[in-house]
Amino acid sequence: MTTLTREFTKGLWDEIPLFRIVLGLCPALAVTTTMENGLGMGVAATFVLVCSNGLISLLRNVIPSEVRVACYIVIIAAFVVAVEMLMKAYFFSLSESLGIFIPLIVVNCIILGRAEAFARKNGVLASLADGLGMGLGFTLALTVLATLRELLGAGTLGLVFGERVLLAQPFGFFQQAPGAFVALGILLGLMNVLSKSGK
Amino acid sequence: MSDETNAQEASPVAAAPEEPGVSAVRLFMTLAVAGAMAGLLIVMVNQFTQPRIIAYKAKMLKLAVTEVLQGPARYDTLYLIDGALTPDLPAGLKPEKQKAIYVGYTEAGEIKGIAIARGESGFQDVVMLIFGIDPATQGLTGMKILASKETPGLGDKIYKDLDFVQQFFEGPTVPLLGVKIGAGDGAPNEIDMITGATISSRAVIRIINNAVTEWEPFFENLDKKPVAARGETK
Repeated sequence: MTTLTREFTKGLWDEIPLFRIVLGLCPALAVTTTMENGLGMGVAATFVLVCSNGLISLLRNVIPSEVRVACYIVIIAAFVVAVEMLMKAYFFSLSESLGIFIPLIVVNCIILGRAEAFARKNGVLASLADGLGMGLGFTLALTVLATLRELLGAGTLGLVFGERVLLAQPFGFFQQAPGAFVALGILLGLMNVLSKSGK
Repeated sequence: MSDETNAQEASPVAAAPEEPGVSAVRLFMTLAVAGAMAGLLIVMVNQFTQPRIIAYKAKMLKLAVTEVLQGPARYDTLYLIDGALTPDLPAGLKPEKQKAIYVGYTEAGEIKGIAIARGESGFQDVVMLIFGIDPATQGLTGMKILASKETPGLGDKIYKDLDFVQQFFEGPTVPLLGVKIGAGDGAPNEIDMITGATISSRAVIRIINNAVTEWEPFFENLDKKPVAARGETK
């Protein structure tokens, strides 16, 4: 496996942001009430992550380490504002339902985390691969969590089917904040079981 | 005591000379350049997306006006310019920045209702809504929340709780009075508030009442015919 492929694939399983390194919990718990929200949040965060990783890696020798965090935040914030405007222009209803959590991508731990842990020490291509992998991993995790919550909590899968798909009475608890923790806990447990049986 | 000791211990560290290598000017310049580049990116994206966002908002507003006036045959936008209502916007002013009301007409060309948009603070942030009122009966014809950041699961019921919303379409008279569910005595101006979202429900009622107070003086002198029927071009 080449280095680039490895940097890309580690975010999809070995270091998948939400389930392994348990970062980015704020959007993960708040917006994952429907599959569409989870996917939309993931894609928005991925875009910001790839752009910021690429640019930060490109500038890694220019930015003095004393002011690096301030510079990273400025760069990330600029991309987030850009994403927010683009979503308002092209995906208005999605941007309405994600609301305040789009601007909050600025303080998403994963994005600053990858800048600090990876992009400032590695080349542009590797950083882009890392950002894309981590972003897709985050998107995957959010979508799985959101699908579970939407299916159990509301009994629908709005993005795929128009009708209610769960025949039993939906369990509204999963749409609430405590339900988000429980659903995440179930998935984390499942991940642990899966990775143990894989060894 | 221990705090003071700590402070004394910490001060020599803080006063230690900076590591040589990076000058203050370079640090400052780096941040300034980063800020300028970020600003440039945001301005560019803003220029690119703004027309589309404004067009979308105008489209949503149009739909909302039609909804709260319960499907008028047509409606005119009247702008408040220098204390008077006019359908013609002076050159150079942007329509989305002006205070305006929307007068809906029936097929026969009579006033069906007036839609007014207004925003005031709710529980979290500004609640922006639009409502329709029939000036003849002083009864509401509808209400729609245009923007709000009220608490998910509680305050957001002001637009998700259809029983609450429906009340505004059934002609309650102004000034509205919010009552607890079951506590009202059936007066025509009562609105059942939402349990668990008292502040948000009150905000909706307050916004409507304030808007009516502000705009009511204009209701009397409205032209009774749509702009097009008066033979003016728009």
